[in-house]
Amino acid sequence: MGIHRGHKARPVEWLAEKFIFFVSLSAILMVLLIFLFVAREALPVFFGQTNTALVQKPIPPEDLDKHSPAELEAYLEITPDQFAKMSKANLRDLMDVKVEEQDDIPDNFRDDPDARINTTQWKYLIQPHQWTDYDKPEYIWQPVGQIQKYNIIPLIVGTLKVTLVGLFFAVPLAVGAAIYVSQLARPRVREILKPAIELLSGIPSVVVGFFALLVMATVLQSIFHYQTRLNAFVAGLALGFAVIPVIFSIAEDALTSVPRAYTQAALALGASRWQTAWQIVLPAALPGVFAAAVLGFGRAIGETMIVLMVCSASVMSWSIFDSARSITTTIAAEMAEAVSGGPHYRILFMLGALLFAATFVSNMVGDFVIHRFKQKLEGKR
Amino acid sequence: MKKLITILAASVLAASAFAGNITVKGSDTLLILAQKWAETYMGGHTNVNISVSGGGSGIGFAALQGQTTDLCDASRKIKAAEIQKCIIAFGARPTEYKVALDGLSVYVNPENPLTELSVAQVGDIFTGKITNWKDVGGPDAPITVYSRENSSGTYEFFKANVLKGQDFAASAQTMPGTAAIVQAVVKDKYGIGYGGAAYGGGSKMLAIKKTDSSTAIAPTEDNVENRTYPIWRFLYVYVDPTKDKGEIADYLDWIRSDDGQKYVKDVGYYPLPKNLRSGN
Repeated sequence: MGIHRGHKARPVEWLAEKFIFFVSLSAILMVLLIFLFVAREALPVFFGQTNTALVQKPIPPEDLDKHSPAELEAYLEITPDQFAKMSKANLRDLMDVKVEEQDDIPDNFRDDPDARINTTQWKYLIQPHQWTDYDKPEYIWQPVGQIQKYNIIPLIVGTLKVTLVGLFFAVPLAVGAAIYVSQLARPRVREILKPAIELLSGIPSVVVGFFALLVMATVLQSIFHYQTRLNAFVAGLALGFAVIPVIFSIAEDALTSVPRAYTQAALALGASRWQTAWQIVLPAALPGVFAAAVLGFGRAIGETMIVLMVCSASVMSWSIFDSARSITTTIAAEMAEAVSGGPHYRILFMLGALLFAATFVSNMVGDFVIHRFKQKLEGKR
Repeated sequence: MKKLITILAASVLAASAFAGNITVKGSDTLLILAQKWAETYMGGHTNVNISVSGGGSGIGFAALQGQTTDLCDASRKIKAAEIQKCIIAFGARPTEYKVALDGLSVYVNPENPLTELSVAQVGDIFTGKITNWKDVGGPDAPITVYSRENSSGTYEFFKANVLKGQDFAASAQTMPGTAAIVQAVVKDKYGIGYGGAAYGGGSKMLAIKKTDSSTAIAPTEDNVENRTYPIWRFLYVYVDPTKDKGEIADYLDWIRSDDGQKYVKDVGYYPLPKNLRSGN
């Protein structure tokens, strides 16, 4: 650690060094704090402390004195601190609200067996359930309404569907462009192409989303004649545009870092430039290209705006010509209206934590692979 | 230099003369109307400063509980859980004021020959029970359903009152706003959507029958205002009752007066019925 010199660092340099060290540390700290915050808000879901059963038996406000503080705290969902600060009249008010809530339930829901289910149990979050009015067990994400249905499977499927379409589109294009730019292109062409492709990453994703919504959706529908105009296919293609620059620059970097000796040896043995690029350089750089795809995955799965603008029906289907709803879209679109601290809010944070874990793991894998690859090329292993 | 000092002094005086600072936060549905009211009111009352922001009804209620806003705009009624949080935060239920009326129309593509549907039929289309136009007297073609994000007050209202609490079809496309729904319906020959009665530009608004046997009523201004058109709702403002005095009470009174209600129509909603306005 630190700068190694023959003499002691001057105080100003020492200060500057420490300052920079803390700045870089703060980035890691921020990530950690964000994760802790997200996880903390989601914790009640993991521990099954949320209850969304619509019909519950209210305690009559007259019985206020008959119950112990602990019972009332659990019933009114308040902390002992809040309980201690509240006057009798306020407690009674709170209990009145509970009773009114039960009185407001529409009659057709009173005898509904679903109204007695706590829909935030894990069983209902990940397994299909046959709700009233449905013919068979289904995965349903309908978090707003009398019976709140929080099945997260359609969202996970939607996210993967859009992300995979995006990668299928982006990886071949980006890797192909990387091979061309790093191996085949003349220097003059390379000087123009490389910044041009990297410039793509500067397009705000809202603009890409807008373009996809208005132009791509219409054009693609007239070509493929599918029924749903806005679907995972359109969103995936648009997402591809956002991911291409990420994959391109990492893959290009990996291809360029293959030692020149490899290329020169191949050419000297009579291989053509094509053969060298495909059979020598690409296989040597394959771990780096793989890492590029993994990091592209991390970027794609976390992308919000494009998917939000193009498609967002939480339909449970693997068909790419059906609509999809991604986790990011769900969080962005629903957080504003969720009652803060309520079950919907908690579940959105739980989804956020899931997403965080997914991008974290994919970035870790990508970085790890790249690191190993660089070491291998440098002959350290 | 002297001039500069006078200007500075004047601006300091002017700033201190702002007796009332009112913050308004909440529903995006009400945002434009709230801004219009604030601008107009500040024009006549230079000593009042009103700042308006959106974010959603839920955000507004959270701010009301956190006491970072004085007024909360809402396109839906407050929920029990939110009342509870208010009682915990400031020991009282927030006071509810109805501030405007909103009619919701059902949009279809102008090429669609259909002109009317009953509320029950609209419900069945949006829940996915009816999936072909021929079942409601239209052409033999599948229906594409466009809906709003579930964070929208319009979505919640439509689900509770038209779908009678049943779920929207999973295949319903969720669009980020009313304008997006209208645009989608205009582009999609067999699409159907819903939204504010004043926003349907380019699409065809269906006349709605309250029951299968009643006459169909078109979502015209008069029909919404006298509430014969069956799909309408109130828009609300909520306030902490202990703050509901002085400037804030005056402002709320003005919003609900004939003078304030004049501006409601400019932004696409409908004025309150006379008997619900404040007395002046």
